[in-house]
Parts: sequence; C-alpha cells; structure tokens
Amino acid sequence: MVKAKINNIEIEVSKGTTILDAAKKINITIPTLCKHPDLVASAACGICVVKVKGTKKMIRSCCTPLEEGMDIITHDAELQKVRRTVVELILSNHPNDCLQCPRNNNCELQRLTADFGIREVPYPQFLRQLPVDASTKTINLIPEKCILCGRCVHVCQDLQDVWALSFIERGHNTRISPAGDINLSESPCIRCGQCSAHCPTGAIAEYDQTGQVWNHLYDDDKYCVVQIAPAVRVAIGEAFGHKGGENFTGKLYAALRRLGFKAVFDTCFGADVTIIEEASEFVQRFIHKKGKLPLITTCCPSWVDFMEKFYPQMIDHFSSAKSPHEIVGVLSKTYYANKIGVDPSRIYMVSIMPCTAKKFEISRSKEMFISGYQDIDVSLTTRELGRMIKQAGIDFSGLDPEEPDHILGDYTGAGLIFGATGGVMEAALRTAYNFVTGENYKEIVFKDVRGLKGVKETTITIKGVDIRIAVAHGMGNVEYVLRRVEDAIVNQKELPYHFIEVMACPGGCVGGGGQPYGVTDKLRVARANGLYNEDDAKEIRYSHENPYVRKLYKEFLGEPLGEKAHKLLHTRYLPRPLYKK
Amino acid sequence: MNLDTNQINHIRKKVLSNKVSCIKVGMATCGIAAGAQEIYDFLIEAVKKSKVDVEVRKCGCIGACYIEPIVEVKIQGLKPVTYSKVDIEAIKKIFEKHVLGKKVVTDYLIDEEGSSKQVRRVLRNCGIIDPESIDDYIGSDGYQGLIKALKSKPEDIIETLKISGLRGRGGGGFPTWMKWNFAKNISAEEKYIICNGDEGDPGAYMDRSILEGDPHAVLEGMVIGGYAIGARKGFLYIRAEYPLAVERIQKAIEQAHDYGLLGDNILDKGFNFDLEVRLGAGAFVCGEETALIASIEGKRGYPRPRPPYPSVKGLWDKPTVINNVETLANIPAIFDKGGKWFASLGSPQSKGTKVFALTGKVKRSGLIEVPMGITLQEVVFDIGGGVLNDKKIKAVQTGGPSGGVIPAQFLDTPLDYESLQNLGSIMGSGGMIVMDEDDCMVDIAKFYMRFCVDESCGKCAPCRIGTYQMLEYLKKISRGQATEDDIEKLQDICVAVQKAALCGLGQTAPNPTLSTLKYFNQEYLEHVKDRKCRAGKCARLLTYHIIPKTCKKCGACFHVCPVKAISGNKNEGYIIDNNKCIRCGKCYDTCRFNAIERK
Repeated sequence: MVKAKINNIEIEVSKGTTILDAAKKINITIPTLCKHPDLVASAACGICVVKVKGTKKMIRSCCTPLEEGMDIITHDAELQKVRRTVVELILSNHPNDCLQCPRNNNCELQRLTADFGIREVPYPQFLRQLPVDASTKTINLIPEKCILCGRCVHVCQDLQDVWALSFIERGHNTRISPAGDINLSESPCIRCGQCSAHCPTGAIAEYDQTGQVWNHLYDDDKYCVVQIAPAVRVAIGEAFGHKGGENFTGKLYAALRRLGFKAVFDTCFGADVTIIEEASEFVQRFIHKKGKLPLITTCCPSWVDFMEKFYPQMIDHFSSAKSPHEIVGVLSKTYYANKIGVDPSRIYMVSIMPCTAKKFEISRSKEMFISGYQDIDVSLTTRELGRMIKQAGIDFSGLDPEEPDHILGDYTGAGLIFGATGGVMEAALRTAYNFVTGENYKEIVFKDVRGLKGVKETTITIKGVDIRIAVAHGMGNVEYVLRRVEDAIVNQKELPYHFIEVMACPGGCVGGGGQPYGVTDKLRVARANGLYNEDDAKEIRYSHENPYVRKLYKEFLGEPLGEKAHKLLHTRYLPRPLYKK
Repeated sequence: MNLDTNQINHIRKKVLSNKVSCIKVGMATCGIAAGAQEIYDFLIEAVKKSKVDVEVRKCGCIGACYIEPIVEVKIQGLKPVTYSKVDIEAIKKIFEKHVLGKKVVTDYLIDEEGSSKQVRRVLRNCGIIDPESIDDYIGSDGYQGLIKALKSKPEDIIETLKISGLRGRGGGGFPTWMKWNFAKNISAEEKYIICNGDEGDPGAYMDRSILEGDPHAVLEGMVIGGYAIGARKGFLYIRAEYPLAVERIQKAIEQAHDYGLLGDNILDKGFNFDLEVRLGAGAFVCGEETALIASIEGKRGYPRPRPPYPSVKGLWDKPTVINNVETLANIPAIFDKGGKWFASLGSPQSKGTKVFALTGKVKRSGLIEVPMGITLQEVVFDIGGGVLNDKKIKAVQTGGPSGGVIPAQFLDTPLDYESLQNLGSIMGSGGMIVMDEDDCMVDIAKFYMRFCVDESCGKCAPCRIGTYQMLEYLKKISRGQATEDDIEKLQDICVAVQKAALCGLGQTAPNPTLSTLKYFNQEYLEHVKDRKCRAGKCARLLTYHIIPKTCKKCGACFHVCPVKAISGNKNEGYIIDNNKCIRCGKCYDTCRFNAIERK
C-alpha cells in the first residue's frame, strides 16, 4: 500500500495505482481525453497533468503511479490554464460541426469543452481535408474528427490483436489509417467496431442505415419484421438515461411495434436453435468421433472473419452452425413467410444487434441468401435503434411491456445468455450434457465460464469422460488458446480443449462494438447480470426444452443436422487474405 | 583470437615504438566534403611513384572545420607539421618540398591560435589516430580503461564513476553513475546498454566526429558499461545519414571481435558482451530515449511516458542504460586515469570537458572541447576568434531546438548545466551558434520552431498542435501582421506546451521562442508595433528606396524588377513604389553602386 496526499486529502491506495485512479477514489475527477479504463495509458492528450507540491514540473496523472509520501495538486490556476490551453489547441485542429456529428451530445471532447466553458477558440483553426473511409459499410473512419488520442489504434492492436489501424505520417500530418494508407475494407479489419466504441469523438462511427429502414417501414409493399439480439435489451436503456444492465425486453418489443414492424422476433430463439445444432455437432464429434476436435463456436462474425484471415488452418474446427441471427433471418423468410402466407420477397428482415460486424455478416457468403433472398436485409446497431426510437417520438421509458411474436420470439434462458461471454458455452453444455446422458446436468449454472477473465478454462465430466473447455473473449486472448491447440496437434499431444467459445468483443456481445458508448468492465458486468437475472427467472432454461424449437423441428426442419436443417442452418468458411490486392 | 592483457600491452608498445614517417589526412565527413579524398588519392599515388618510405594514413577530424582539408606531415628527423586549407596545388608543393625535400612549407601552416584554452580529452584521438586501426587506438592507451575496469567489481566501477562526477552529455545532464546503478541493482536475465548516436540538432556534429574519429573509444565505453550493469548485449543506434560513422563503427566492432575485446570471455575474464548497430531512419524524436527504444524494437518511433524509466524497463521491457556518444567516449579515460583525474577539471556541479560545435558568425568555427565552467566570452572570443567581420555580438544559442538564446550581456556565464538552465537555455548535446546584429530574433525563433513542427512525432496534442500554432504566430509576427495580443497568445501556448508535452522534444520546443521573448521582447514589439525588423531579416517588413544622390540612373533595377514596382527613366532617375514592391531584393542585389537602401 502507498500513503500519499491529493489536494491535501490523505489517501491510501495499492502500489501501482495511478494518480488519476487514486484521485477518482476520493471523488476528484482529473479530465482526460485519451485514457480509457480498458487500455494502458498512452499519455497522448496532455490534459490530465497534475503537479507535485513544491515542484514546477507537471506530470501526467494517467500513467504516473502514486508514490509514498507524494503531495499532489490536481487543480490550481496554473494547471487550469494549461489544461484549458491544450483543449483550445485541440479544438483549433477539430472541425466545428458538432450539430451534424455522429457523436453530438455524446462526445468526450464536446463535454470537456462545455465543462471548461470555452466560448471561443482563441487560435486560428487549421483542418486537414481528409476523405471519409466508408469502405467496410460497417464502420466509418472520419479522420478529420480524430484527435489522435490513439485509443482505436491500441484497441485494434493490443486488445484485439488485429493491427488493421495504425498511425501514419507524422507531426501535424499524423492520422489514423490502415498501414500503407489503404481502405479499411482492404485491411485485416474484422469490423468488430471496438475502435468506434472507444473513440472519444466522432472519428469512428457505425455505418448508419436507419434511413434505409425508415424507407422500408413506410413502404406498404414491404412486410417489415425485426429481431433483437440478447445483449440489446440490457443496453438500450442507456440511450434513454437508464442505468446500464437494466433489462428492457418488453418495452423494446413495444417500441419496435410502434416503429411499424409487423412482427417482432427474438434472436434468442435463433440461439436456442443454434444450440440444438451445435450441441448435436459436438456430440457427433466428441462421442461419435466424426469431425475434428476441439469444436469452436461461430456465433460471432468478427471472430469468424478473424479466424478466416489469421487462422485459416483451423477452419475444420469451426462449428458450421449459423449464428442465431442468421437462423431467425432464414426462418422468417421460409417457415414464417409460409405460415402467414406472405411472399418472402415482400418480407424485409431487420436485425437489431449490439454489433457492427453483423452488418457485414448478412452478406458474407452465399449461404446467407439460402432462402432465395438475402436472409437479413439490414442490421442495425443498438445505437442506431436508440436514435430511431427518439426520431419516432416514442417515450420509451413510459411504454408498457409487450410480448414478442410467436414462435420466432419464444426463447429459453439458454438462448438469452448468449449475450455474455461464456453464454454460448454454458447454453451448449446444458444441452450437450442432456444429449449424451439423456438427463440434465446437476447444476444449471456453469460458474466457471462466467465473468470477465480473458481466458476461462474448466473441465466438466460427462459419463465419466472429461470435457475440457476454454472460453476466450477479446481477440487478444485468442492466440493463447489456439496456440495451445496447434501445439498439441503438431506434437500429437493430448488436446488441451474439446470445446472452445470465442467472442471478439471484451465481455462478449454485451460489450459489443455497436452498443451505447462508455463501456467499462463495470458496465459489461452490469449488462451481463441483466441477462443472467432474466435467465434465473425463466421457467425454461434449456434450449432442448423449448417447446417451440421442438415444434419447429417437427413441423419444418426435421432432424438436427438433418438434410433440411443442414441446408438452412449451416454455413461454410473459406480462407481469406489479410490484405486485399 | 582472444588477446589477453599482456598481448594488448605488447601491441601498445609496438605502435609506440613505430617511428616511420607518415602523412595523415583528415578524413572525417567535413574533411572529405572540403576535398580531402582528392588529397589522399594524390598522396597514395605520389608515394607509390616516388617510392619514398612514408605511410599515408587517414585520420578523423581535429575540429578546425574552417581550415579543412588538414594534412599532418611527420617526417623522421623533423618536427611534425600540420598544414591547413590544403588543395591539390598545395599538396603537390608540400609533397615535393617537405616530404621529398625535407623542408617545411610555410604557406599553409595551421593557425594554432584558439587551441590554448581547449582541453582535448574526448577528442584526444580525433584527427590523431587512424580510426580504422585498432592498433593505433591501443597505441594511444586504448583499451587500458577496460583492462583496469574488468579487474574491479561492478560496484567499484559505479563508485569510480560517481567520483568522476560524469553527467550525460546528450542534453539532460543526468549523473551517469546513477543511471548505471539503477540498472545494475535490478536483477534481470537480460539487460542492455545503448549508445544514442541519433544526433539531430541542426548544426551539431560532435557525436558524428567522435564516431568517425575515435570509434573504439565509444566501443570501449560500452563494454565497460555492459560489464558494470550486467548486460551482455549492446546496441549502437546511429542515424543513417552518418554513413561514414556507421562504416567505421562496424569496422571497429569487427576488429574488436578479432582481438576478443568483444564476444565471449573478453580479456580472459569470463565476461561476454556483444554489440550491434541499428540505423535510425532520420526522425529527430528518436533521439529521445523511449522513442529510440521503440525504434530499435521495430515500432513507430513514438515516445512513451516515464516512469518506468528505461533503466528499470527499457528495451524489450528489460533494464536498459542509454548513454550518448560523448558520454561513452569519456568512459575509457576515467577508468584508465581515475575518477579524481576526471573531476579535476570543471565546475563544482559539472565535471570534465564538453565538446561544442561552434558555428554561426564566428571567425574560427569548428569542433572545440573546453573544460566545463569556461565562460561564453572565452569560447567566442579566445577560441572562436570573435565575431565574423568584427561585428557586434548579439547572442549565443546553445542546445539547438531545445535550447535558448543567451543575450550578449550574459557572456560571462560559465558553461555548465545549471548556469545555462537558469538562463532558460540548456547545455544540450553541444550545438553553439554565435549571432550578430544581422540576426533577427523572431527569425531565429521561427527557424527552430519550424524544425520542431517538422520533427514533432504527432503523438501528443500539445506538441503536435502547439508547435504548429506557435509557428503560425511567429510567421505572423515576422510578416508584420500580428498584434500584441498575438504575442500573448504565443506565450500562452509556449507555457502549455512546455508543461503538457509528453517528451523532451515537446517540452523544450518553446525554449528558443520563450528565451527570445524574454531577452529580446523589444525586438518582437518592433515587429508588431512599428512593423520593423531591425536586423533586416524579415523580408516582408523591409522597404527598398533608391538614394537619388548615389543613383547613376543606369536603369538596371528598373529592368530586373519582376513586378514593375520601379518607374522612371534614364533622365529623371527611378523610384520604387513600395505598395507594388514584393520585397524580393532583386534590385538591391543588382545595383552596382549601392544606390538602393533597405530598411
């Protein structure tokens, strides 16, 4: 422990705590534009400076650990002036178009400017004319708005290990771009959107498709249906001033109906179906030795993209089951369309996802068009939906909860927890255990796969046989897991794992790149708990016990992994080059 | 072949007893630029033809750049003689008369003035020995420091260094023994020592000259450092624009390997140490230690926050000592002659000598080495021979873009770390530029700021945007478009950048501006209020006038003016319309009768 003083308040913190974090503990906020709790301090913005009493030098509080006996001043006339000048300098190099900015009302620079009460920038403005990169059609890079805090670069390189974004050029010409100044779509970018989730300004934002959806909602020829992903319900409230993690499932259904959707489905139903297929796949590979082990989950499109680009040699290990949202997509244009007697060409399927990569997944391969049409027409992020609800003048908080549409909205607790890291694994284990033994596991909750530890490893025993499991989230954690597997395969050693779940975003989908801004570990946990609490309260918590899933197989799909199920619910993967051209 | 101490000493004796006649040509970059290669080639050819028993050798720079090329002739039985400004005609004559005829040529003798107040410790071998010969280095006491150091314990080495009082010569002046001690006291599998040869201040070339003139001294310093801190590997980070330095260092590493002074079991003492050269790609910021480390690691040359300091967590997160070239070149003599010997020169806080690149408006420009604590007055007038064309001295700039401008009234300031810092400048790596009344202080500030704008890495906002905005204000002032309010804004940015920039480059970038604002405020105000540049440097503030009395009405100015701002004819004379004039100065340059005045 370290004892010190900040603004004459005595404080004791553990060794290594930064001055910034120590100050926070005693309710002193030191402003910063570059430090993010997820990331190691890069010390780029220069706003968090503080002084040690009696010295002239200013030090950065974001990266300087509090030391024994230090006497820190965080606010005085000189510090205020320096901070203010630095903010003014940043503003002199930033466009003045807050009103039209994707981050209007939600921008860290805007907030700081407001807090400092800056009414005019004393220095002449100089801007760089830099083109917007919208090539991925999932996330837009708007380098003109970039303040070069470096968060996105560190997220992309350190947290996600993708290395699509980097700094290029230098001095006042420095900008963010993929190396070699190519388009993002030609780079190794996996479209996870974590860069946009961490950006303090509007320099990286989701590719907005709300206009498209409005057009179709007002088109009488179209039959608009919608589905919401598990993680959306525990984050959408933040757009309306609610605490993160509060579950708004019923209000969301109501709001979507008011927006004009004719049917409201739930991706959790698709998740239940995914589990039937994936658990069957696991049983086939593990018990019947058909196919390679370990089996790796594929619900996350960024992870799929990552693996196709960085680990194509592992393709055979991938589950071929489609992601839940694609399953609801294809079922809505086949099973549902047939049921209600609407021509599938008229059905316009919108998915509301916590994710930017889903915008890419819906057209990633020909299997995504298996209904004869694009199975999902457009995918919106949680952030886009929040804006649509506001545009429609819907008082979200005041709505009465409603129920989803039958049957593609009827889900179990297992489908619901897909939204948190470890959720897919937990849901799959609940069902796989049953498929092997014919009975349910003694405990319904698999604690070891929950929580925010980067790689979670555990073993469960089914009929006396150990099944080794790994759950990784955040692409930076995947290498460890896959290296162990590759090492075992190459050296013909015993496999370290039989079943692996991977989610690209830290925390899983609750921390997705399309979720409301300001994510921290605390918020990730709160959102995950929002899902776990609903699971606890659910009557049916096993995918295989979902009566409507059973009905679907009986009426329409046939056997799990059967011919029809295989055609509609499974996909293929191909090696992709890291760099196009 | 691994040599032991006896064998080294044997080589030393052999070289010392070598009495052959020889001719040495100064072949550092400066010498070669002045034409030394031609002289050298001629001598090789001439010696071959005449079959005279004389060795022609290359040596480094002795520092007198203003009189290069320099040739030293040492003929058996005659006193050694040094010739300066030797061109091809001169060398023919010297060869004929001195080498063959044994008669000294008096025309090209070097002017020895200016050397009396210098003390050559770091530069002791530069221009004296052949930098490409390890035997030559051994012959002038080379590797004696290493022999002695390897006989003592690492803690004794640190103690000797502490007694010597050696401080970093790269800019900050941090006590070298402390850096080494930090790294020594951390137990780690791997440690590194790095030589910072990324010299980048405009006009500074101390490190280059040392690397080119005495590469083994730097090597020896690094081996001693490696032994003291427990490193087995060292890197020399040298900018790629110093090809000759790189070539000579690489040659030196090879030779040291051949003698077993690098590699395994050095001097049979069971100590293993090796060196590798890494080239800098030309970014000034890579002279900053954390950016330099990032660069060696293959990353973008971005500085990172400290702590942790490199001596705790440096190259590949291992304890790393980074020393500047001159610091390392000081090490061998300290261990050969002792810490007390080193500390016998200098001022109370700053020991030893310092090498400066004395340039600007000074008669004898070049590389000088002086004891710490000598005054600026002595350097400029006694060593430098005073201001060029005997003009009035206005200021001296030290420390390059990170330093400040010291006005003439402080010429009696002793040159040491603290005194310079108190004046708002820094010792820096040793750039020293003398300025006379023709130098405009706004222009000087602008020059250095432009350098910083170009060299800012772009990582931190205060430096990236601040330097750009400061340059804009300085440009505005030099164009006569600024107001007093602008000077205040400039000052605000200066302070913010100084306080909030991440690394040394940014924190010191405002120094030239701040020091000129402090000492030459009146000059700034003249630019702003009177729209005048008293030095006549700021082109936009000049007006050109034809003096009717002196004008010969030749019309040359009339014809040369690109914007037809001059009207008149050969009968009535000419007049310049200052509204049309673009201040290009063509008329001024063209007039043969000094009939155009500029004010």
